[in-house]
Amino acid sequence: MVVTITVNGTKYTDDISPDLPLLDYVRSKGCLSVKRGCETSNCGLCTVHLDGKPVLSCSVLAVRANGRQVTTLEGLEEEARAFGAFLADEGGEQCGFCSPGFIMNVLAMAHELDDPTDEEIREYLAGNLCRCTGYQSQLRAIRKYLTSKKEG
Amino acid sequence: MAYVNAPVRKKDAMSLVTGKPVYVEDQIPKNALVVKLLRSPHANAFITSIDKTAAMKVPGVVCILTHEDAPKSRFTTAGQTYPEPSPYDRLILDRHLRCAGDPVAIVAAETAQAAERAVRMIKVKYDVREPLLDFRKAKDNPILVHPEDDFKALCPVGADNKRNLCSTDVFEIGDVEKELAACDVVCTRTYHTKANNQAMMETFRTFTYLDEYGRLTVVSSTQVPFHVRRILSNALEIKKSQIRVIKPRIGGGFGAKQSVVSELFPALVTMKTGRPASIIYTREESMTNGSPRHEMQMTVRVGADQSGVIRVIDLYALSNAGAYGDHGPTTIGLVSHKSLSLYGGLSAARFACDVVYTNTMGGGAYRGYGATQGIFAVEAAVSEIAAKLSMDPCEIREKNMVAEGQIMHTYYGEPCNSCALDRCMQKAKEMMQWNEKYPRKVLENGHIRSVGVAMAMQGSGISGVDIGSVEIRLNDDGFYTLLVGCTDMGTGCDTILSQMAADCLECDIDNIAVRGVDTDQSPYDTGSYASSTTYVTGMAVVKTCESLRKKIIEMGASMLGVSVDEVSFDGKRVYVIADENRSVTISEIGYASYEGHNHCLSASESHSSPVSPPPFMVGMAEIDLDPLTGEVNVIDYVGVVDCGTVINKNLARVQTEGGIVQGIGMALYEDIRYSERGTMQNNSFMQYKIPSRLDLNTIRVAFESSYEPTGPFGAKSIGELVINTPSPAIVDAIYNATGLWFDTLPVRAEDIALGLLKK
Repeated sequence: MVVTITVNGTKYTDDISPDLPLLDYVRSKGCLSVKRGCETSNCGLCTVHLDGKPVLSCSVLAVRANGRQVTTLEGLEEEARAFGAFLADEGGEQCGFCSPGFIMNVLAMAHELDDPTDEEIREYLAGNLCRCTGYQSQLRAIRKYLTSKKEG
Repeated sequence: MAYVNAPVRKKDAMSLVTGKPVYVEDQIPKNALVVKLLRSPHANAFITSIDKTAAMKVPGVVCILTHEDAPKSRFTTAGQTYPEPSPYDRLILDRHLRCAGDPVAIVAAETAQAAERAVRMIKVKYDVREPLLDFRKAKDNPILVHPEDDFKALCPVGADNKRNLCSTDVFEIGDVEKELAACDVVCTRTYHTKANNQAMMETFRTFTYLDEYGRLTVVSSTQVPFHVRRILSNALEIKKSQIRVIKPRIGGGFGAKQSVVSELFPALVTMKTGRPASIIYTREESMTNGSPRHEMQMTVRVGADQSGVIRVIDLYALSNAGAYGDHGPTTIGLVSHKSLSLYGGLSAARFACDVVYTNTMGGGAYRGYGATQGIFAVEAAVSEIAAKLSMDPCEIREKNMVAEGQIMHTYYGEPCNSCALDRCMQKAKEMMQWNEKYPRKVLENGHIRSVGVAMAMQGSGISGVDIGSVEIRLNDDGFYTLLVGCTDMGTGCDTILSQMAADCLECDIDNIAVRGVDTDQSPYDTGSYASSTTYVTGMAVVKTCESLRKKIIEMGASMLGVSVDEVSFDGKRVYVIADENRSVTISEIGYASYEGHNHCLSASESHSSPVSPPPFMVGMAEIDLDPLTGEVNVIDYVGVVDCGTVINKNLARVQTEGGIVQGIGMALYEDIRYSERGTMQNNSFMQYKIPSRLDLNTIRVAFESSYEPTGPFGAKSIGELVINTPSPAIVDAIYNATGLWFDTLPVRAEDIALGLLKK
């Protein structure tokens, strides 16, 4: 079916198969930051923003994005760099394969939650798995990032 | 030292955090065929016929390969130095299917949809046999996993396919039975650890193509590019000179990618069709047909006298190789070498083992590589004997732990040249406030807070086997290129080797451009496994820098018209010692070496170590246990590590935190289970639970460094060590909470709740 989807500010009109996941659609548009880590909506690697809200693009059909705005890490380069620098300075990216999905969710959290506690951060990001870091360095990075944002 | 021991940011960090297309899947050529596998639904079966007529008619299908099309030379997929200790027991496609998910046919099509459709339309008739699933019944069982006559073992590991034996071994130091008889207390228990999946976020994946010279190029997510080249040559029956392997950024490995898993299938397709081909394993395939930790059953007998001196340890280990023997004969050795050697004063020790074939998924390398299993068993047994003696489990360790200067008889007789295990213990006790918290406290809500302890060690590379080589070139304007053959898998070795090079060459780290790995261009390296890279390849960096400095000094002296004894090099310039105003800069030397000289300045050295110095660690867990449900939460974990000199403070810390959390997963959650037919029951992240953020609280890491004289800058390894303490420390903490010893991992809440009910 024919859909019109805006990906990182660019409007695309395509005739797509109704069973095409949004993940494969955005990758076909060159958004290669978006990764697939499982087939069961458990890992969070494929997180993108749909109208500003984080969704798992493996579990959203591309047709559901018809007429809507999709944002991937490629569309948030500046914010990704700002938070990513804190993550890098903790060594918390490690293999980096989960970083794009994780960072998309961190950025969504930073918009949504005001002054979150460690517990709230853990809960918000519970769906973002990482096998390398044990999550501690990521939490340190988030804390430092939120403090720096607050201090402007 | 400006960079060594500093928290340097990884050189590739900003590419990774901004999502740049640096991984295998991001680089697949547009016209590549998509490869999918038809996998066996049976754990033990022979293919009697395959009809691919209907499948071939699916539009877009280009080829379907079966065992009739595949080469017939057996090989191993274990990424090890030749001759591999793992038996040659595999074919790319075999008529005999030895575990559920074994490949039956390779389908290549223009699209994934076409390939998947064709996979479903292949008609196969199977002669289904009874599977051998219980590894405790495997030895000398009439069901043979490898009945074939062309099974072969290149090394004398005790393999006997007519007995389901992948390997067998025994060694004894002193008289174990006599010592046991003389002990005041003996503790005997049998432990069972399960297969664990590495669960790296990037599943197995590879693409292949023929390059402009007609050679097979393999771009793969691998830890062992040079071994992949050899294994592909063995399996495909083509010359090694016809293969090039490239490793881009890879999304984690943890040992999983120390085996060839996904490489063979697209490679065979490219060889048959001449077309680029790619395969991306699903998570399910990675779970069901990957290369997990070996399931083991270990019986430990520990003997001590009344004062708590441990005199003897006897250990028998049975390991489940599964359907294929990858890493089977080698993981088993670490079960004893890296557990018994924690105790320095043993009068006697014995280790016997059998590694057996069954019709479950073939095992592989997973961080810790047998040491994890052995340390769980031995450390849990030591805690139990301490309890029998009414002794603090820290105290019995302080009394018996290996110390610097001792000869480690159960560790190839190597001297213990660097060991701060005593300081690790002291520091961990302070951090955990052990003396206040041991053994338990009951909270008002009925939950029990308790603590537990364990020690661990590992090696640093495989002594006398592993080789690391690097090449460093001086370029015009005085910057360096560092070519490495070891494989950064997110751990940061490209960066830490650059740190070492920058310090050795006294330059800015940005002045070093690092590049790995392409088997056509990188100097030879066995690959990143066995905790080798920092220690082995790091020393190659130190040696190469020494050689290159010598050449820089020679060239500088010649440009200044003086002898080499009259000059010095400070990283920025070569100058005359007697008259520092006379100098040439490194930039001038770089330019000059490119103009009318017979030697561009480049050096390459290899390093192999005759010893494998162990890093050490003490881990302490504090748990909150609900006696009504049996639920255990690890509320705090302290890890104190002696990895020698810490090369990169951030990366070493993150390695430790990550390893501890994987270890917690092994202790409490991760459990590969099979149905009665031998198919895996928990083959997804929905069912195979790795720790999430919610499963953890604080993890605190500290370093107590010794100085390893044979390591670069005094460093030893860290990568594997850090997964080893959680299982025994948590089991100790659960005992301290409940008075119950658990010997099977993972320790599930229901086991604890039922145990408490029966008590």
